[in-house]
Amino acid sequence: MHMADALLSPQVAAVMYAASGTAAGISLSKLRKEDAENRSIPVMAVAAALVFAGQMINYTIPGTGSSGHMCGGMLLTALLGPYAGFLSMIVILTIQCLFFGDGGLLALGANVWNMAFYGCFIGYFFIYRPIMHSSLFSGRPEKSAVRSRLILASILGCIITLQLGAFSVVVETSLSGITELPFGAFAALMQPIHLAIGLVEGLITSAVLVFVYQSRPSLLRDVESSDASAQKSVKSVVAILAVFVFLVGGVLSLFASENPDGLEWALFGNSDAGYSENMGLDEEDFGIASNASETAGQIQENTSFLPDYSFKDSDSPAGTSVSGIVGSAMVALAAVGIAALGGYFRKKAFKG
Amino acid sequence: MNKIDSAISEFRQMDELASGNSPVHRLEAGIKLAVTVFYIICVVSVDKYRLSMLTMMIFYPLLMFQAAGLSMSGFFYKLRYVLPLVCMVGVFNPLLDTSPMMSFGNVSVSGGMISMLTLMGKGIFCLMASYVLVATTRFDSICAALGRAHVPRVMVTLMLLTYRYVSVMMQEVSVMSEAYALRAPGQKGIHISAWGSFLGQMLLRSMDRAQELYSSMLLRGFDGAFRYASGERAKTRDFVFLTLCLLSFAVMRFVDIPELIGSFFV
Repeated sequence: MHMADALLSPQVAAVMYAASGTAAGISLSKLRKEDAENRSIPVMAVAAALVFAGQMINYTIPGTGSSGHMCGGMLLTALLGPYAGFLSMIVILTIQCLFFGDGGLLALGANVWNMAFYGCFIGYFFIYRPIMHSSLFSGRPEKSAVRSRLILASILGCIITLQLGAFSVVVETSLSGITELPFGAFAALMQPIHLAIGLVEGLITSAVLVFVYQSRPSLLRDVESSDASAQKSVKSVVAILAVFVFLVGGVLSLFASENPDGLEWALFGNSDAGYSENMGLDEEDFGIASNASETAGQIQENTSFLPDYSFKDSDSPAGTSVSGIVGSAMVALAAVGIAALGGYFRKKAFKG
Repeated sequence: MNKIDSAISEFRQMDELASGNSPVHRLEAGIKLAVTVFYIICVVSVDKYRLSMLTMMIFYPLLMFQAAGLSMSGFFYKLRYVLPLVCMVGVFNPLLDTSPMMSFGNVSVSGGMISMLTLMGKGIFCLMASYVLVATTRFDSICAALGRAHVPRVMVTLMLLTYRYVSVMMQEVSVMSEAYALRAPGQKGIHISAWGSFLGQMLLRSMDRAQELYSSMLLRGFDGAFRYASGERAKTRDFVFLTLCLLSFAVMRFVDIPELIGSFFV
């Protein structure tokens, strides 16, 4: 799911950097409060390195002949908590980006959001913690109940957070205007694949967490809440999940509507497509008319780096003409020349 | 060689490359990082139909490859898994955007074809620029530059420690996988019965190791940050490089130089 730089426009990349940066800032301040002695830094580093290496292990999926990997975000969150887990995931993604070319430097903000934010925050606050503190499976012996909760939380967590991550990739790529693939088709391509991946990753992660729970439960978060009164009922877990699903579903439906831009349709309507129920706003004359807004619009038009994704005073949107081709061919020739000369001098230096 | 072993060897190769000595290696890490980010922004902001403008952008990574003595084949081999992914997203463009954009006699080229080539070009150029940065800059220099740029010290320390332990952990995973494979011939990966215990065992050992590490760091006076004996500082030549790069990228980004050159001949 690592996005390359070429899949994002600078505007979308900047927004994602800001979003991930804010989450990182909050995590850092929480960590400083929780751990003033920096005790957790080596644990975070070793756990991050372990997840980094552990993601390279191939786990055979029975009956398929293919293999899967574990879900790093959920594992780190269960071990370190959401804030330290999120920061560790940032480090993993940065090293992957720099040393293995997995994801680009500009796309790092988006990758952190897609793979770390959902796994660590949504996965922990909406799935892992409510399930682990619930009275689910309370009819069973305590250890067996906790094991079952761990398995359920891991599988649900991996599936839901991977779905959110995959959907974010589709939204970010579509907003960047990179692919001609329609939004719906792109989403239909991404979501089912990640449903299967999420299920397998959830199973592998749950196997690791259950092993750790059996061997050393003190390493895991939220597993030793023996106080029955503190446990949430099954209803409250379902309610938290339902609110979450409702919120996510509501936001997603705006994007996933048949109309290319649901938000735009909601505001301005689309009589050509037969829609008439909307807020009845006129697209050309929308908003509060004032001198300030006009001036602001003028300033934006004059200074914007990429006005509406094309260039100011550009008569040829294609920018490709015969002279362009001739020039490009000359550039290519010059590039080949530089490469050949470099190779020649290197060989000469090597022989010498 | 299995996947983990090849990752370890790639990791070492990058370390060796970064320890080299060339004019590019000697540039200050923070300046190189800033130039790389600005270059990537310029490349990705090129309009999807402006293929001719994009071609000009190849000169920066190309000149840096030559000046640093990096091999182009090494770059393409390293990114063998990443490049097809970038290309795959663009592959749909010629099918979906069939509006003709130019024609050579009877053969017309669609907008989708041009946007696909632009996307692939952007992907390759950005990866080349990132590769130049990492292959000519030691990781601790990058971290030191981030520290000077006021990135929180917890993050910088975490990055340095994780980087140190990634190779240790990969080595351990490699040994374990090798031992498992020798006892389970013909098996592709880890069997379901060992899914939990395989990584779980290692996880328990690692947590103990983290505690020992923390104790030893405390004994050496660790207070939350690593200190460097000598700080690498940007010199005049670094600022000259930065200015030249920023100016030339801006020109290449806003002026379609290949089209301008071509117009003299056509």
